[in-house]
Amino acid sequence: MQPLFQQAAGPTLRLVLFVILSILLMIADHRYEHTEALRGVLSGAIAPLRYAVSAPADLLGWTSGHVTSRSDLLDRIDALEQQNLRLRARQQKLDTLKSENERLRVLLDSSAKRDDRVLVAELLSVDLDPYRQQVVLNKGTQAGVYRGQPIIDAYGIMGQVIHTGPLTSTALLISDPNHALPVQINRNGLRTIASGTGEPDRLELLYIPNSSDVRVGDEVVTSGLGGRFPPNYPVGKVVQVDRRPGAPFASVVAEPKAQLDRSREVLLVWPDNRHPAGGVAPADENLRGQQDSSGNEPEQRR
Amino acid sequence: MNGRWWLIPLTLVVALMLVMVPLPDAAQPFRPDWVTLVVLYWCIALPQRFGLSLAWIAGVLLDVAHGTLLGQHALGVVLVAAFALREHQRLRVVPVTQQAVVVMLLLFGKQALVLWISGMVQRAPENLWLYFASPVLALVFWPIIFGLLRDLRRRYQVG
Repeated sequence: MQPLFQQAAGPTLRLVLFVILSILLMIADHRYEHTEALRGVLSGAIAPLRYAVSAPADLLGWTSGHVTSRSDLLDRIDALEQQNLRLRARQQKLDTLKSENERLRVLLDSSAKRDDRVLVAELLSVDLDPYRQQVVLNKGTQAGVYRGQPIIDAYGIMGQVIHTGPLTSTALLISDPNHALPVQINRNGLRTIASGTGEPDRLELLYIPNSSDVRVGDEVVTSGLGGRFPPNYPVGKVVQVDRRPGAPFASVVAEPKAQLDRSREVLLVWPDNRHPAGGVAPADENLRGQQDSSGNEPEQRR
Repeated sequence: MNGRWWLIPLTLVVALMLVMVPLPDAAQPFRPDWVTLVVLYWCIALPQRFGLSLAWIAGVLLDVAHGTLLGQHALGVVLVAAFALREHQRLRVVPVTQQAVVVMLLLFGKQALVLWISGMVQRAPENLWLYFASPVLALVFWPIIFGLLRDLRRRYQVG
């Protein structure tokens, strides 16, 4: 039998202890990076829960794939074969251009650029903090994912990995208000910064002077200046240029190329100066073979 | 000493999964704070078994699941849990509807704290006021949680 009225000295002390502990943890997490290991362990612990929560949505997708009518599937195969043919034709041209480019680079004594290694990852259907634009990927440190790694989809840059666990990782999308990446205008090489706004279809291009040459429809690509994103990946397209005579900079809005709110499959990119943990830099041909096998593996499983 | 105490962490795990279930974007701000609701129930029902340590661990796991600053939700959960632990005798004797009002006020305070910390470390979300709809929804969800967990506790003699 417990006493009816407990003395309150103990509980107050414990509360103060936990409040201090929480505040210290928040400061450590915000200012320093020591808590990343702790977060990785805890994220590994709740990874099964994330997969369990995601399972019904996956099952739904799987079922709808199995009950699609035969004619729909045939139509889709037709469309995909045509697209494949078109892409192969372009690939042939690209291969010749690439070898030509490499020859010219050798002539110019500049270092030849290798292909970036990629790996297909899928998004888990779990919700995160509604105030931030984040997604959870089904690949973690066991697949060589590292913090700060860029992710792309078929159309452009999507974001970067911010937390890693053994089986899952969390990525911040470029549309998050706290995300910014160094970009340039493809047409004239004008450098700027693309900052997220919190809306999936708007990026702000910062610090563009009123007098600079920016037009609606300009392509925006990564500049690679931060050292985190590989250069020359498409980011978006300028949709609005507003020159304000009173303000020091023009207000320029771009629309992201990547389908930030629709893509289910994304590509994790290892820029050519980074290699996944444990791997030594392989020769060019090996790299390409490895890239193909690792890139196709998840698709075969589906 | 009863053997069924492990049902308490199990209910917290289920609440954590409910927090992660995907909702349409428009419904996001209205998602009830399941973990805090479950923590509050155990604080009121079994204060001798459920303490601040378990509440704090639940809060940290909530932070990891949300991808927020570690300790952000933990601080909020610990504060409301401490209030519920101190007032559990008073809260037990009032009807469920009055409990729901107190729970709503507690969740309101926690949400304000969490949003305030979010605003300090990063840009605060737009239409901020919308996120206070979730505590108001606790008026509906508290009686449901209370009924479910009470039945669970009685049937399996948790504690």
